Parts: sequence; structure tokens; C-alpha cells
Amino acid sequence: MKTAGSNTNKVNPPLWLLCELTYACPLQCPYCSNPVEMANFKKELSTDDWIRVMREARKMGATQLGFSGGEPLTRPDLEELIAEARQLGFYTNLITSGLGMDEKRVAAFKKAGLDHIQVSFQASSADLNDLIAGTDAFEHKLEMARAVKKHGYPMVLCFVLHRQNEPYVREILDLAVTLDADYVELATTQYYGWAFHNKDYLIPTREQLANAELVTKEFQEKLKGKMKIFYVIPDYFEDRPKKCMDGWGAIFLTITPDGLALPCHAARQLPGLELPSVQDHSIDWIWNDSPDFNKFRGLDWMKDPCRTCPEKEKDLGGCRCQAFMLTGDATNADPVCSKSPHHQKVVDTVEDIGRIAGTPELEERPVLFRNMKNSKEIIKKKTTETI
Amino acid sequence: MLNDDVNEKLTLETIPTIAPSHRFQWEEVQDCHVILYPEGMVKLGNSSAEILKLCDGENDVSAIINKLQQLYPDAELDNDVNKFLEVAHENGWIKYK
Repeated sequence: MKTAGSNTNKVNPPLWLLCELTYACPLQCPYCSNPVEMANFKKELSTDDWIRVMREARKMGATQLGFSGGEPLTRPDLEELIAEARQLGFYTNLITSGLGMDEKRVAAFKKAGLDHIQVSFQASSADLNDLIAGTDAFEHKLEMARAVKKHGYPMVLCFVLHRQNEPYVREILDLAVTLDADYVELATTQYYGWAFHNKDYLIPTREQLANAELVTKEFQEKLKGKMKIFYVIPDYFEDRPKKCMDGWGAIFLTITPDGLALPCHAARQLPGLELPSVQDHSIDWIWNDSPDFNKFRGLDWMKDPCRTCPEKEKDLGGCRCQAFMLTGDATNADPVCSKSPHHQKVVDTVEDIGRIAGTPELEERPVLFRNMKNSKEIIKKKTTETI
Repeated sequence: MLNDDVNEKLTLETIPTIAPSHRFQWEEVQDCHVILYPEGMVKLGNSSAEILKLCDGENDVSAIINKLQQLYPDAELDNDVNKFLEVAHENGWIKYK
């Protein structure tokens, strides 16, 4: 077997272990990165499986550990997993909506050794927040954010930005200041999973982005040293792709609720992957030797225009999932790149949205909320198409 | 807020400590000390690690310099230690007690 990329270069150990503990979630955000077929993957790893995964990854050198989902709070063994992770020496991050938490649990996590809590918000007002989340969540999120600070955690507030909440970036940052956040992530929607289905609802306009950037800059200067604000331009608006996941199999190791190991949390959809399970293989084999983790590692897998591009080491060809979703071939250049023959497709999408944003033609298109019912319908539709 | 003492100046009497949101630890696989914080990590060189080991909430800056001077009698440390502590403070790794 040819191990692309690893034949000349030593493979660095994973630094980030993302444990997606469950696909269950009380929220229905239409930009969720979980697979739309999630209703097919209901089986979850046991506590013992997760502990073994954490031990093996830590032994290899991973230092950062994220508990996410779905909503990780739905796992009753979360306290136990946190305690084990901390005892192993991980810096432990809980990535949560706040639903399923109360102050007692915030305190219990602290006792178990949790280092940091990231709370997501959908918007800066209850109305818009709860509309996007598909449930009443805003007031509880506020309460939980206060509890997180009260119990001495560093707090990251995460806002996923898109056309519906992008006009309120000032209000969003004001809210972050009020809640005494240490870090704010203004995370632009990535068009995978559910977000890909809801692109029409989510893609912002150029004017919105220009305004959001200005406001963010103002707050970054005003709060220098006090609050770190991370803001990334959505890559549909760029002409060079992002260095996705810092490289395939370079830093990140994601484990899905049902135990599959992925180089990125969106990769489950890519065709041609073997999707090794932690129930059949060691983390060491998966990271170093599995065909999946070597498939797009390094530079050897590239074809033109990436193969001969002087910038290939800078962005490593961009995102494999985006290449697959927009061109049908995961080995193509990420079409965000202006050197990609498919780049026009991205430009057209952005221009179409800009042209009709605010009109009923666009704004009244149906939104596909992330829930098991919609997931089942998508699966049914796909099965019918194949037959 | 990340750093509520952001405008405070470093003096010989300042007692720097690792910020509670950060962890400073030895990493066998990386073969170096690291600073860990929400979703990130910085690898540290030997001299930075030697300074941070002494940021334990007991030593003030002059004690840190004295202790390091005993380990490295020939080095001119004052400037290097001050500079490093200021950068570490700016990055939120340490607090001035």
C-alpha cells in the first residue's frame, strides 16, 4: 500500500482530539455540521470505548480535547469522561449550547477538572436566537454563561454568523462584553452538512460582510488585551482557499458518536473513505497507517492546478469536502480558489444571493431545520432516488 | 475579561503567576514545556520554561531573576526576563498578582 505523504515525511502526532459524543441535540440549527443522515447513526460508543480512545490519543501526544456533538450534555457520563480526560493531562474543552446544564452541573464539571466551556449563541436577541435554534433557548443560555463565569472558567462565546444575524454583529459583541466573555468566535457558517442544504438562507451579502468586518475591528481595538475576538471571512468571498483543518491528518482527529475516526468532522460524507472504527483499530494505526488518514496527507495526492501551484504548501489545496460537494471530486482544487476551473460557481452563488437578498423570492424559500424527522425524510428520499 | 490587569506595569516587586485559564505543563511527546489555553497550545523554549516554572505565586520578579542567576551565573538576565514576562502578560499567559 502506498502511504501518500508519509513516505518521505514523518507523520506528526495528533494534537486535537474531538470527541463527538452524540448526535442528539435539543437545538435544530439549520447550519449544523452534523451529517444530514444522522438518523441512521443512532448507536453511541460506551463510556469505556471513549476512555480507551482518550488514553490512546493522549499517549500519542494529543493535548487538546473537545467534547462536542450534537449536544454533549445529553451524555450522562460526561462528568466521568471529563475527570478521566483531565487526569490524563488533556486541556479539556466543553463545546455546548448550554441546554441540559444547570449551575449544579457547571460546578460538578469544575470539580471533575474541566478547563474551559464554550457556549454557543444563535443571535443577540431572544427572538432571532430562538427562531434559528428552533426552540426557546436564549434565556437559559444567558443564565448558563453567567454560571460559567461565576465558577471561574475561561469562557468562549461562539456565534455562527450568516445572513440572518450578520446585521447584528454590534449587538452580538455588546452581548459578549456584558457577559464578560474572554474569547469570542464569530464563526462564519461553513457550508457542510445541514448548512449546505440551507445555503440560500445562510449566505450573507457583501455589504453585510463589509459592515461586520468594520464593527469587529472597532471592538478588537477597543478591547485589545481584554477580550480576544476571532473573525474569519467566509471563504466563499475569498479567492484563495483556507488551509482546511491545518492539513488532512495533520493536527485534528475527530471521533463520531458511533466510533468512526475522521480527519475532519465533515469528512464522513466523502466517497471512497473506509471510515475506520475505533472499535476495530487502535488510534495509532488509524492516525499513522490507515488509508483514510493518508489519503490527502501532504502534497502527493494533488492534481492540477494544485500540483504545480507555488502556493500549494500554504493552503494544501483547501477543503476536500468543499471540493467534493461543489465539483463531485474530492481530489479537485477547492473551488474557492480562483485558479480552480469551478471557481465561477462560487462567484455566481454569491452574486445570485446578493442580487435577490431581502426579496420574498429568496427569503421565503423553505428552511430545513436540523432534526431527526428531517434527517429521516432526507434518507428516505435518497433511498428512493437510488432505487 | 481575559486580562483585567492589562495596563499594569511590571516592576521588581510584581509577583507573576500562571493565569488560571491557562495550564503550563511538560509534554513528553513534544519534548518541551507547553502553555495550554482554550483550544490552543504554545510550545516553549527552555529559557521561557525556566522563567515560567518560577511564576508560582511566591516569587516576585527580583526573586525570579536571582534564582535564575544562580543557575546561569554568567548570563545577563534582567532584560531577558523582563521582556519575556511582558510578552507573556500581553498574551494572557500570566497575571500580575
